[in-house]
Amino acid sequence: MKRVYVDEKWCLGCHLCEYYCAFANSGKSSMIKALKDRTIHPRIRIEGDNQVSFAVSCRHCTDPLCVKSCIAGALSKKDGVVCIDQNKCVGCHTCVLVCPYGALMPSESGVMQKCELCIENAGGKPACVQGCPNKAIIFEERD
Amino acid sequence: MAKYVIIGNSTAAIGCVEGIRSKDKDGEIVLIASENHHTYARPLISYLLQGKTDEERMKYRPDSFYEENHVTAKLGETVTKLDSEKKTVTLKSGEEISYEKLLVATGSTPFVPPMEGLDTVPEKFTFMSLDDAHALESVLTKDSRVLIIGAGLIGLKCAEGIKERVKSITVVDLADRVLPSILDETGSAIVKDFLEKQGIEFHLGDTAAKFAGTTATLKSGLTVDFDVLVIAVGVRPNTSLVKDAGGEVRRGIAADDTGKTTLPDVYAAGDCAESFDISAGVNRVLALLPNAYMQGNTAGINMAGGKASFDRAIPMNAIGFMGLHIITAGTYDGETYVRRDGENYKILFYKDDVLKGYILIGDVARAGIYTALIRNRTPLSSIDFKLICEKPQLMAFTARTRRDLLSKQQ
Amino acid sequence: MAIDFLYPQYEVVRNPARCIACRACERQCSNEVHAYDDELKMMISDESRCVNCHRCVSICPTRALKIVKTDHTFKENANWSGETIMEVYRQASSGGVLLSSMGNPKPLPVYWDKILINASQVTNPSIDPLREPMETKTFLGQKPSKIERDENGKIKTNITPQLELSVPIMFSAMSYGSISYNAHESLARAAEALGIYYNTGEGGLHQDFYKYGANTIVQVASGRFGVHKDYLSAGAAIEIKMGQGAKPGIGGHLPGAKIVGDVSRTRMIPEGSDAISPAPHHDIYSIEDLRQLVFSLKEASNYKKPVIVKIAAVHNVAAIASGIARSGADIIAIDGFRGGTGAAPTRIRDNVGIPIELALAAVDQRLRDEGIRNKVSLVVGGSIRSSADVVKAIALGADACYIGTAALLALGCHLCRSCQTGKCNWGIATQRPDLVKRLNPDIGYKRLVNLVTAWEHEIKEMMGGMGINSIEALRGNRLMLRGVGLNEKELQILGIKHAGE
Repeated sequence: MKRVYVDEKWCLGCHLCEYYCAFANSGKSSMIKALKDRTIHPRIRIEGDNQVSFAVSCRHCTDPLCVKSCIAGALSKKDGVVCIDQNKCVGCHTCVLVCPYGALMPSESGVMQKCELCIENAGGKPACVQGCPNKAIIFEERD
Repeated sequence: MAKYVIIGNSTAAIGCVEGIRSKDKDGEIVLIASENHHTYARPLISYLLQGKTDEERMKYRPDSFYEENHVTAKLGETVTKLDSEKKTVTLKSGEEISYEKLLVATGSTPFVPPMEGLDTVPEKFTFMSLDDAHALESVLTKDSRVLIIGAGLIGLKCAEGIKERVKSITVVDLADRVLPSILDETGSAIVKDFLEKQGIEFHLGDTAAKFAGTTATLKSGLTVDFDVLVIAVGVRPNTSLVKDAGGEVRRGIAADDTGKTTLPDVYAAGDCAESFDISAGVNRVLALLPNAYMQGNTAGINMAGGKASFDRAIPMNAIGFMGLHIITAGTYDGETYVRRDGENYKILFYKDDVLKGYILIGDVARAGIYTALIRNRTPLSSIDFKLICEKPQLMAFTARTRRDLLSKQQ
Repeated sequence: MAIDFLYPQYEVVRNPARCIACRACERQCSNEVHAYDDELKMMISDESRCVNCHRCVSICPTRALKIVKTDHTFKENANWSGETIMEVYRQASSGGVLLSSMGNPKPLPVYWDKILINASQVTNPSIDPLREPMETKTFLGQKPSKIERDENGKIKTNITPQLELSVPIMFSAMSYGSISYNAHESLARAAEALGIYYNTGEGGLHQDFYKYGANTIVQVASGRFGVHKDYLSAGAAIEIKMGQGAKPGIGGHLPGAKIVGDVSRTRMIPEGSDAISPAPHHDIYSIEDLRQLVFSLKEASNYKKPVIVKIAAVHNVAAIASGIARSGADIIAIDGFRGGTGAAPTRIRDNVGIPIELALAAVDQRLRDEGIRNKVSLVVGGSIRSSADVVKAIALGADACYIGTAALLALGCHLCRSCQTGKCNWGIATQRPDLVKRLNPDIGYKRLVNLVTAWEHEIKEMMGGMGINSIEALRGNRLMLRGVGLNEKELQILGIKHAGE
């Protein structure tokens, strides 16, 4: 299955992935409409400084601790993608407690959000991958 | 004869079904549970009262779950007897069901200590099940004064759940601080202050000595008038089936890391069973949802002939009250790193080059990175300790480890 | 603070209706032009630092930015342009030699643009390169005067080592140090993928790139930096750099600040020491001296590598080339006065040397006249900008072209001409690790391959139009060219007729 992989060697720390992510999940038709004068809530986050940086988003683990731990049964794995049913989530943060990557975080509404590989929005390649100017985020199959 | 029999219908039981089905697509599964409900997320009962979820949404698995997994669910039926030699269980109705492999996932029961005059209280409840929640809800009004005995996870979660629906909430606990099982003294004080600001009244280090109708007299002499009483002093693992059948029971049912009890072909998982806490190095009942699932799931895989072991159990909790989030894990033992900034509080416990436990209040972002350090027993000398103290971050790992984490399939 | 007399050359125009304050421009500008103002809650810019490199413009996700040339103006006149006035101010302030980078920007004649290419009509058919074979393969090196065969018809003639090019284009010399590791890797990988060559320049060959040796030309320059036996054996050819089009007659100076880490190791000089390439090779004062070096290098590489001698196009280029052809060199590379550089004194760059078109025509003609054209191949560089320039160069007599600036543009260079600052925002002319990583060779090498592949298609199209199906048949075929707007002397030197003739 294709997943998002990150190569910190090429990450520039420009944070554009965060903006493309926030835009892709906004449901708005333009980035300006979606993000102007707003605090963004991306599902991918850049860690690091000017020298070393890298993007972190859900790894879609083969054996996801978050799915096993979700007290509401809101997290599940569909065709390899760890998905969240925000309608079921109550924002208890148990997924935050167990995710070794720190890849789940509260959305604006307080229930949790996570990378779902853009399967629910435009589709094709995840927006972060398309928006990365230096191929530091790659969407492909690996062993 | 059913291949698999599961007693229970909550997290551990569902984990077991999914564990079995990951190895055995067809073997017959019979699931028996006293509660007559589709499997539901038990910890969500407080959110239900709060209006953050409803019965439909709090279903732990979709309606089609039993059918899709070929499970014969006998809901509303109670197992009264386990015969591990005959390999049968007996239902209250007298029906006998034999099994090849059995999972006991009977959970726990709220403990109601003997208290003088308790029988004179007109409205008294425990807070453990969906039925408990409905019963409590049915008597609550805007004018209700609620007295909660117990300032632990259940008591405070209940308080949060009903806070906006009642006139007042008073919490009494014998312990001198809130959430003593998961917080240190500083943490307890922060949470108590916060809850007091939200309008909850506490009488700690005190206990209800006597009830007379809707008045409680505390040990300190104080009297509290109330309309509704909730008793949340603790739970007791439901171990009698195994115990009566001759299986070893300590605080909970003794189970090894595959979920096996001392009875042949009988497994146990969830709040009724013990597991090995690697952070403290002892067997204990870890009555936590993630552990219940993982233990049940492990048992299921093993029952179906697979190989799995649940060998990384630690106590861990994520809980929030009215917007204040608390995440804790592990054992509070060793040297500490402490940082406090208003309601944000962090304490890390480390010893022998590993992180043993932590408490985060307020800013809990990415806490799982800490949890993984405990679960994986990552040598602290192999990471940048200063960075990891500052905040949970992958930056604290070596570039090589990060490459493994972020550019390989996980 | 003293008045510095200078006004910013560019204006950063930010469309506030589009800017989402993502701060990507701020993070990506090594000149620190952009900043987010917490009080104003908006992005602001300091235009005096802007070099117009377009990094911010390219990366802005909402296209909120553009850079415009300021319309603020001096009281100019035809003699004293704004640029000239500014240069005086700058020198009056600094007391230093003006430094510039990339090629000569002055409005001197570009002869390529005054030369037009022929096409077949009616009497000789043109060739469709999509349907018929079209040979762009080229061999560089000495060619024998005649071919001898033995009794079985096998060729007896001993052919000296040759470079085989799939297209008559090579990447010109750019040293590791003047450009980044990732730029070098991109060039090396592209050369390998394309079946052509790139050139190490005088900075030595990084250990990691020995594996691309079969597509590498290693350079020996006056500083002899990074030269050792393995280096000489590593490449497919060895180039002696006598001169560079952007700065004929002077040496090079890579400041100590850029001599760090691998650059220092690769050049084999201590970290932090300035790398000064002398103006002349101190062991070469005659063609005979040059011959000694040519043969020393051949000896050192077992006569397995062709030797290139690279010179700048200067006034006596034809006579110089004739001497080089007799020195034993296999290939002469001539670099025209519009050739690029990582840093050169502005006055030299803008005023020294001659156009490559005239130099090429003169050299080719001279070598023909002397009957030694087959002794050497001719490679020309110094602002080959397109496939049309390549076709014209070959028709004027070149065997192949070097491209430098065009290759850098493919890698992202925006010709801001600030290489000398070492703060290249595109990760090309810099050694700062945070900037170097902006050029991902996976992307860079593909863009180079795309560029040369595109040019190859165009070259074939133009050759086909002329009814020519091989580079061999185009080379020196000046009948395929006509001049426009050129005077008799220019036409005579170029050896072409005027359009209409």
